[in-house]
Amino acid sequence: MHFRKLLLGMATAALALPTLASTAQADLIIPSLIYRTGPYAAGGIPWGNGFNDYFAMLNARDGGINGVRVDVRECETAYNTQQGVECYEANKEGALVMTPRSTGITYQLIPRASVDEIPIFTLGYGRTSATDGTTFPWVFNPPVTYWDGASVMINYIAEQVGGFENLAGKKIALVFHNSAYGKEPIRTLESLAETYGFELVQLPVDHPGQEQRATWLQIRRDQPDWVLMYGWGVMNQVAIQEAASIRYPMDHFIGVWWSGSENDVLPAGAGADGYLSATFSAAGTDFPVFAEIMTHVYDAGNGAGERERVGEVIYNRGLLEAVIISEAIRTAMELTGKTDDLTGADMRMGFEHLNITAERLAELGLEGFADPIAVACANHTGSGRAAIQQWDADTGTWSMVTDFIDPDHELIARLIAEDAEAYRTENSITATACN
Amino acid sequence: MLYREAGQFKTSYSADQAIFPIAQDRWGVLLFLLIAFAVVPFFLTDYMTNAVLMPFLVYAMAALGLNILVGYCGQISLGTGGFMAVGAFTAYKLMAAFPGMDMILVVLLSGTTTAIVGVIFGVPSLRIKGFYLAVATLAAQFFLVWLFNKVGWFYNYSATGQITAPARTALGFVISGPEATPAARYLFCLSMVTVAALAAKNVVRGRFGRNWMAIRDMDIAAELIGVQPLQAKLSAFAMSSFYIGMAGAMFFGVWLGAAEVTEAFGITLSFLILFMVIIGGLGSILGSFLGAAFLVLLPIILKTIMVDGLGVLSVTAKHVEILTMGVLIIFFLIVEPHGLARLWQLTKEKLRLWPFPY
Repeated sequence: MHFRKLLLGMATAALALPTLASTAQADLIIPSLIYRTGPYAAGGIPWGNGFNDYFAMLNARDGGINGVRVDVRECETAYNTQQGVECYEANKEGALVMTPRSTGITYQLIPRASVDEIPIFTLGYGRTSATDGTTFPWVFNPPVTYWDGASVMINYIAEQVGGFENLAGKKIALVFHNSAYGKEPIRTLESLAETYGFELVQLPVDHPGQEQRATWLQIRRDQPDWVLMYGWGVMNQVAIQEAASIRYPMDHFIGVWWSGSENDVLPAGAGADGYLSATFSAAGTDFPVFAEIMTHVYDAGNGAGERERVGEVIYNRGLLEAVIISEAIRTAMELTGKTDDLTGADMRMGFEHLNITAERLAELGLEGFADPIAVACANHTGSGRAAIQQWDADTGTWSMVTDFIDPDHELIARLIAEDAEAYRTENSITATACN
Repeated sequence: MLYREAGQFKTSYSADQAIFPIAQDRWGVLLFLLIAFAVVPFFLTDYMTNAVLMPFLVYAMAALGLNILVGYCGQISLGTGGFMAVGAFTAYKLMAAFPGMDMILVVLLSGTTTAIVGVIFGVPSLRIKGFYLAVATLAAQFFLVWLFNKVGWFYNYSATGQITAPARTALGFVISGPEATPAARYLFCLSMVTVAALAAKNVVRGRFGRNWMAIRDMDIAAELIGVQPLQAKLSAFAMSSFYIGMAGAMFFGVWLGAAEVTEAFGITLSFLILFMVIIGGLGSILGSFLGAAFLVLLPIILKTIMVDGLGVLSVTAKHVEILTMGVLIIFFLIVEPHGLARLWQLTKEKLRLWPFPY
């Protein structure tokens, strides 16, 4: 009975508290849906740290953005859809942008966001056809999509084999996370296989991906010329270890950007040397912004993570995510003339006019850190360019081995138009006009 | 003092066999339903609906279904996630193919399809029992999830295998898709669950329920007194799967609106619902609700208190929550192995004598 009373008391408290918390301050509220627990925590932790540290630096150095403090509200999803929805509902009050950080949660939030008028920002993940801003006005996925990534990887391979005509007859295997995320590139790769005449071998790996013996046995038997990987979490390191153990040439093994971080290659030790991955942000701390983060955040004892892990691949990606959001906020402030009471609709305008040029990146202390990003109302992705980076096991560093490579824009645009059309028919909505 | 049935005389068999023979219970439940139907909808927020009430109702429906099979008929099943996936994908196919179809019909038909699938996977229960049956149903879980992930027809060949619920109506009210109001969706699920619980309560008290319980308590003895195991076990599988299928349809169509089969309907879901049934009380309709409430509400309450109330980091709160949930489950199973429903029953017994126990 006591317990029941206690429960009742707790329930009352729980119902009363959110209302207390939501009595709005004039800060810029940015919910951060993150997973520091669960099967993908190893990826979520540096991601969240990079994101938090950049905003912490802005708050400490400039007092926020144009003088308005940024309030990052972290909510733990454990990469679980239902908890993601709970986080979204708990944090949507006054939120400027949502970062679901999981393809599954993104799909949940896409229809909700347009009703609640909160932009969803998916950095290099989520629904690819959200590039079509006329169908998905509230979803933004700069700087690059999974389909762009697949095309970039094929373009890189073509360059390595001496031109697209040499792709014919080649065998390319795709090792993918058997989920919505991992399946994303299949359609693009199938179209490319048809165009260039290479053979695509699809090898799904079920969540969480600890068991890949059979997959790699098949790779050893089939001897594909190249292996592409769309993995996340433990799946990546297991795949790289297995590849090393069958002595698959690492410089013919390319992961997508979520399959190319220190977490993934370190367990395989020297065996991972030469492993390739696509990327859209540089690794390392050779950029002026990191000195600022050290001074204003870590030296003050406010760092989100460990000092030594600043500059890891996924940390830097979290930082780029924060940079894009802060630039979108600046753009929104410029366009609306407001500073403190920005709304989701203003933020959408900010994203639609987002233009981070190379000069602006240099001003931010990030020269050469990423490709310039220009988003428009009709094109929510931008250039869609990605680079290829390579792991050096001796020095323990990732370094870019190519410049930013253009995807097959024509093909991607056609596939996106098809998918967006299917979405519109299925949900009986019409495309909004861009002007 | 308040809860005493002295002076309540039953003058007919039907009064004696009522679901709630004690007047206080009857009025209490009616009052509860009145509040749930007529008062709560006016105070709904998006958060209350999407994060608290919808999961509670959907899981209560699934737990009801599993309780029929595990609690009443004694057949252990680990295939709940797979059966919910059947319900969800049937609902998706129906919603996509027949835009005008009423959601009530969609949910009922999803339940029916799942019932058929459930009967097929229930057939081995005639030969294998106990843990072996659990393993056989586990096969159903993995097979069904694999099937919905593999065969493009089920997800209408979408690029990723994700299914998304379009806007559909029940009795003219939009209850799926982003435009649906919280109140409409809540009332839809509440009505479905209320009717389902009432039906289940009556079925388990009738001939079917008695057959199931006879099979559960000792199958050979049950056979000797004339219970047909084939009929009893398969009917339990059918009815259980019917409920679980309806839960799956509401899970996808009304609550979440989008689902990915491997993520949403995995083995963890099967275990979650089995835990609800065990913690709530095997062989109890009330237990299904209590179990669902315990496992849905407690994590949210813990999280809210820690994060919003005490300002704990959300990741620390999560760790504490996982720990606390584990400890509480063990605590309850030690203190009351028959579940929360039994705890409630004991409370009522004590209340009868309160404040003057002999």
